[in-house]
Amino acid sequence: MPKTWRNHALLAYALAILAFLYLPLMILALYSFNESRINAVWSGFTVNWYASLFNNRRVLEALTNSLAVACISTVISTVLGTTGAMALNRYKYRFKAAINGLLYLPILIPEIVMGLSLLVLFSQTAIPLGKVSLILAHITFCVSFVVITVNSRLEGMEAELEAAAADLYATPLQTFRYVTLPLAMPGIIAGALIAFTLSIDDFVISFFVAGPNSTTLPLYIYAMVKRGISPEINALSTLMMLTTVLLIILAHLLQGSPKKASPADE
Amino acid sequence: MEAMIRLEGISKRFGDQVIIPPTDLTVNEGEFLTLLGPSGCGKTTLLRMIAGLETPSSGKIFLADKEVTDLPPYQRDVNMVFQHYALFPHMTVEENIRFGLKMKKVDLQEQDKRVEQVLAMTRLQELRHRYPKQMSGGQQQRVAIARALVNNPKVVLLDEPLGALDYQLRKNLQLELADLQYDLGITFVYVTHDREEALTMSDRIIVMNKGLIEQDGRPGEIYHRPGNEFVAKFIGETNFFDLGDGLTTLLRPEKLNLCPEEGDDGAHPAPHFFGTITDVVFYGTIDKVFVDLDGSKQEVVAYQYFDDARKWRMDERVGIWWYPQDEVKLSK
Ligand SMILES: Nc1ncnc2c1ncn2[C@@H]1O[C@H](COP(=O)(O)OP(=O)(O)OP(=O)(O)O)[C@@H](O)[C@H]1O
Ligand SMILES: [Mg+2]
Repeated sequence: MPKTWRNHALLAYALAILAFLYLPLMILALYSFNESRINAVWSGFTVNWYASLFNNRRVLEALTNSLAVACISTVISTVLGTTGAMALNRYKYRFKAAINGLLYLPILIPEIVMGLSLLVLFSQTAIPLGKVSLILAHITFCVSFVVITVNSRLEGMEAELEAAAADLYATPLQTFRYVTLPLAMPGIIAGALIAFTLSIDDFVISFFVAGPNSTTLPLYIYAMVKRGISPEINALSTLMMLTTVLLIILAHLLQGSPKKASPADE
Repeated sequence: MEAMIRLEGISKRFGDQVIIPPTDLTVNEGEFLTLLGPSGCGKTTLLRMIAGLETPSSGKIFLADKEVTDLPPYQRDVNMVFQHYALFPHMTVEENIRFGLKMKKVDLQEQDKRVEQVLAMTRLQELRHRYPKQMSGGQQQRVAIARALVNNPKVVLLDEPLGALDYQLRKNLQLELADLQYDLGITFVYVTHDREEALTMSDRIIVMNKGLIEQDGRPGEIYHRPGNEFVAKFIGETNFFDLGDGLTTLLRPEKLNLCPEEGDDGAHPAPHFFGTITDVVFYGTIDKVFVDLDGSKQEVVAYQYFDDARKWRMDERVGIWWYPQDEVKLSK
């Protein structure tokens, strides 16, 4: 029957696209378990490369850097982004649409341009390249994502809820603590997870603004690759990929919940 | 009677649009006062100004003789039942109800006691651990009322609390709510655009139009002695007659009586008009009889009760009469 034939064709097409997207990653993951040092030859299964990663001082140092930068810039950009989203959501002012648009722009601007402009900024303002410049840069591109996720959550929230809290004797601070914040929380956590992921994964911008003592994991991988691809890099990349995927799934699950938790709309 | 709320010259502008021109209004202690008016006439705005959720453009608000004009909502001893309930979706029924007491830092035992009382009063004990999403509209409605009553405020403001419910449920809750208010003796300011609801529940009705108070009176007064054409039309079906005295004469359909044009016994005031019946519509307890008056295009409607001696039919010739004391005169 032509219909089932067409279904098969569509399925095959979908699988082809998935393969196109994920095959390189799967091969990378596969070779991280390869006993042989040479990527092209499969000689047996091992987890040695993972073990040796955790004994490599420089890897651990890069990991510490990455985590420190990611944690600090996540916290700061989550606070900034959340308060920013609340301001944008609450107050009416002129050019609101334009300002909202400006927030989306950093997401669309080519990373290399962002990196370059930040580098220029730091050298103009004499901020030394190192962890501080790296954190500032990461905050810059993370904030937009936090604002967007928190904002979409707030938009689904009934405006009258805050009025109801105030009417029930809650001061503005209490209203924030007991009503606004808990209702915005899934959006805030999702925003933080995305910010963390972006920070951990960032290469291009970090490449411009990192200093000698602030090598992050992606920068370290790049440096290693220049000396040839080893199974150790494959192992490291696989771990990073898994972390990213887990964080994104978590963020997605949290973002999916506003419908479930939002006030009655019937 | 003591004045519970006093509005002095209260007005509200949004931008350069005047929503409520300067208005005076007094609500007495323990009263069930209804603000009745068409959609967009400023009922919610007035209520929100009393609650402190909207700042008046001019004027003063007094609550139990204390000026509260500049107090924020959380410092006013007034609670609101919102049009769409505005229940906190992340809290259970019990947590929603307890919220006000918790914010006021009422001691825990007293909190428990009052929450139990209100749960019982609104028959919500079984639902106490539910979230708003897991309840029907009528149940959510009761939670919204319980959440206001539990604080034992001086005034409860209710913004069309039954608007979203179906007819039967609305009828039941109207009576429950009116009883509850009577038993508790708390002052209620109730907003609705449903005239029947206003007439059955209120001690006093304020009819509003475009932010203005058109009439202020007891339900019977408003219904039987409307002060102007707007009130007369808004509160129920009305017939307007010009009897040539320079005034408009107004008669409710149930005050109009019909008699046959020929062979009438004449044991009543003489008919003012004659006409032809154009339609008889069955409405349960009444028949609505539509009559075209002779010599004019005017159609009038008269209610005839089911136990009236005679059934009227289409195309019959009838006289229309009434008792003089049922006339309401309005200047033109
Ligand atoms: N925040 C606001 N900004 C501008 N105009 C407003 C605002 N709030 C209300 N209005 C206007 O004020 C008028 C009165 O509104 P309000 O909500 O008080 O009416 P209402 O009598 O409660 O109507 P309904 O029965 O439909 O609820 C309306 O014309 C409305 O458009
Ligand atoms: Mg309203």
